[in-house]
Amino acid sequence: MKKRLLIIAAFAMLSSPALAQMDHSQMDHSKMDHGKMDHGKKEQADDTDHSDHADHDMGPKPMPQSPQNQSGPQASGPPNAADAIWGAEAMRASRKALYNEHGKMSLFWFQGDRLEYRAREGEDGYLWDVQGYYGNDTDKFWFKSEGEGSFGEEIEQAEVQALWSRAIGPFFDLQAGVRQDFHGAERTHLVLGAQGVAPYHLEIDVAGFVSNKGDVTARIEGEYDHRLTQKIILQPRAEINLSAQDIPELEIGSGIDSIEAGLRLRYDITPEFGPYIGIEQEWKLAGSRDFAIADGEDPSVTNYVIGVRFWF
Amino acid sequence: MTKAFNNSLADPSRRTFVRSLAGVAALASLPMPAWAMGKMSKTLTNGMDEVSGPNVHLHIADGMFSTGNRTGHGIGLNGTIPGPLIRLREGTRANLMVHNMLGEDSSVHWHGLLLPFQFDGVPGLSFPGIKPGGNFTAKFDVRQSGTYWYHSHSGLQEQMGHYGPIIIDPEGKDPVEYYREHVILLSEFADMHPHQIMKKLKVAEGYFSQQKTATFDDYDMSAEERLMWGRMRMMPTDIADVSAPTYTYMINGHGPADGLELPFEPGERVRLRFINGSAMTFFNIRIPGLPMTVVQADGQNVQPTEVDEFQIGIAETYDVIVTPKAGTFALAAESMDRSGMAQAALTSESGRRASFPELRDPRLLSMVDMGHGGMTEGGHDGHGGGGHSGHGSMANGKMDHSQMDHSKMNHGAADKPKPAMDHSDHDMGGMRMRDTSLLPASVDVNAGVDMIAMNPQDRMGYPGLGLDNVPHRVLNYKMLRALKPDHNTREPDREMELHLTGNMERYMWSFDGKKFSAVSDSPLRFAYDEKVRVKLVNDTMMAHPIHLHGIFFELVNGAGHAQPKKHTVIVQPGSSATFDATFNEPGDWAFHCHLLYHMHAGMMQTVSVAFPEKADR
Repeated sequence: MKKRLLIIAAFAMLSSPALAQMDHSQMDHSKMDHGKMDHGKKEQADDTDHSDHADHDMGPKPMPQSPQNQSGPQASGPPNAADAIWGAEAMRASRKALYNEHGKMSLFWFQGDRLEYRAREGEDGYLWDVQGYYGNDTDKFWFKSEGEGSFGEEIEQAEVQALWSRAIGPFFDLQAGVRQDFHGAERTHLVLGAQGVAPYHLEIDVAGFVSNKGDVTARIEGEYDHRLTQKIILQPRAEINLSAQDIPELEIGSGIDSIEAGLRLRYDITPEFGPYIGIEQEWKLAGSRDFAIADGEDPSVTNYVIGVRFWF
Repeated sequence: MTKAFNNSLADPSRRTFVRSLAGVAALASLPMPAWAMGKMSKTLTNGMDEVSGPNVHLHIADGMFSTGNRTGHGIGLNGTIPGPLIRLREGTRANLMVHNMLGEDSSVHWHGLLLPFQFDGVPGLSFPGIKPGGNFTAKFDVRQSGTYWYHSHSGLQEQMGHYGPIIIDPEGKDPVEYYREHVILLSEFADMHPHQIMKKLKVAEGYFSQQKTATFDDYDMSAEERLMWGRMRMMPTDIADVSAPTYTYMINGHGPADGLELPFEPGERVRLRFINGSAMTFFNIRIPGLPMTVVQADGQNVQPTEVDEFQIGIAETYDVIVTPKAGTFALAAESMDRSGMAQAALTSESGRRASFPELRDPRLLSMVDMGHGGMTEGGHDGHGGGGHSGHGSMANGKMDHSQMDHSKMNHGAADKPKPAMDHSDHDMGGMRMRDTSLLPASVDVNAGVDMIAMNPQDRMGYPGLGLDNVPHRVLNYKMLRALKPDHNTREPDREMELHLTGNMERYMWSFDGKKFSAVSDSPLRFAYDEKVRVKLVNDTMMAHPIHLHGIFFELVNGAGHAQPKKHTVIVQPGSSATFDATFNEPGDWAFHCHLLYHMHAGMMQTVSVAFPEKADR
């Protein structure tokens, strides 16, 4: 109540034209003689008077008790004080650049997560597993490519994915797009998946695929960089492939198609570049196992790997 | 070298000014400044010259810069890093002429100076920026005194050396008595281009840290605690985003290898004007064996307080008085993450090397830094709460609730008491890392918000990470009291709450979950001369130095009418900090986190203060 009286008193003072013409840009408010004030009510009124209390809207409202009152006065429109000084035209380009520079940055990133030589019984093999993106914090074009084979044989598996990746939470992106296979009976798949960081810094990549032949499959990948030291990293990794149906031409049985479990020991010469050695075990299961055995293949293969991980 | 004794001496009979700016032996060997010869040098010199007002010319140009065994591309002013000390005098009119010799736009922001907004130097906000080959003159009446600085507000130029000190001598007698002064401008130099630094921060969390937790580390953490941090997908070592060895920490453009000397005569009262002009580094400052009396913070005189160590956030300034006897003292500015140190020898015997303390063991973040205040970690100052003084002087009842002891109150946005959480439950299972129901509606919850402080405490009494349990006296914000308690004592017209939000993994930073790019059309608007109490709630696990351009605010630190004025306030991790601001400088002003890469990632907003003329409509 007392505050309202003060503000009414302040408004009465506002009618003074002399006050209205005060040049505030030249005034040193910090030098005003608050020192003389004993913080009583009369002086508060004086102070309001000095400062040319401009905002009528603000006026007699009691001080909001809620800290959530965020809205100030005249809460609309872009900031444009500089337009009045330098001209809207002169400000336009720099203002656009200002906003773009502070939060709209787009980046390109490429990672070779696994590029490795695989020693095993029979013909040794190779594997690549790369990914990358271009985009901003929330929306990215994401691409992935994986493939493997044995030296001297036709490539066993090769695929490329092109995805739109959208941040749906602090730690996960939703990814949707297409996958093209370049091995065996070439297929094109629709992809829907999620990629991100689960608790314990587990890097997760889960995706479901529907091929142009109607096959429904899924893949779950998880890996974890465990620091032994700042530069020596132990990386357990697991991958599970699932299929909703038998796909004889690809020798895939329904259910759990295959499981891979690996352990890699990496030395990060720089955070961007680290060679590694490791071991990876692959099992074909259920129907896929039967296909393998029928083909004379071993459904359980142990790979001794040496490779490199890099990114830029 | 320009000297400005006559211009700056308030009382020449009592003082002998010996300013050592470049230090080392470079003082005598400074060449004719390249910019004065009409052709820009391609080598930038360590240390700075001095230029005095009222007419000052600054030439911004790039070149190669070296300190120790690190050489890289830099941006200097008048051929040096830092740029020259600009010496002004209160009550005069300044004409600061900036010439941009770069191949890209540039700018100079006069950090902490009161001036018409159009000269504040933020491209796109206060003026259009300075084109390559162009120039710009900031003309304003100098209506303050103290220690300030200037820096680029264009892109990431500040990281490359585009900064320098400002001293404004008071019009009358300086309440601070001293016989000698040294500027101590702290900064870092990297030979990695700042755009590369930004990219690495974005794509690889913890890229620059050599202190991450690992199986073979020296951290005293239980397996349980390690698992808990892992479960949260957070790193307790996230203390500095960029650190040594990527950075060489510098004082006045000199890394430790340069052996910078700051001379004095035994028994002199020496004023050290500390300026943290770094892009990303909080420094802990101490001079073993030499107590420091803090007399000024952010250019504003404070009641003298003697300490042995203090933390200086990015963009803050502190002036201290030391009175060393004969000898050589080690001025050690240790980065908060303890990865490196800026060094200078304060000496009365030129040529003697100081013995600098070893880097202390790195510290880890605690649950208090995660916003679970009052649950663990008995050691923090800010919590036990001594009562604030100054209550008695608050005559108006409406004021009281906000002046009350924050440390004892739960000021969480939802204001829910949580007795069950106190002290007993150390298990993260009972905690929620991201309880969005705690947030006011003004906060946009999105992928850029990875954590919400569950029980943020006001930590004005916290001296900064790692300084809460050292065996000597350390400064904290509660110890800052204005020398003249003559501030505007009006009660605030309203309150507002702003949340500092971020995502470490994605390196996204914002206010209220909204990056600057997302709020270009909705600035924070204030009526002319409106007084607002602003509570900053830090929903991240990093300390943020928050800077308001053009207007000094008062820290609500319990000092009553002696609340200190500042232009930059550190908001501790998972905690809150509150200031009162009287918006009596009209125009559009930048408001941002002064961690350069946080600002660049979006932790910035416009504060738009209405013009008084609008009342005439």
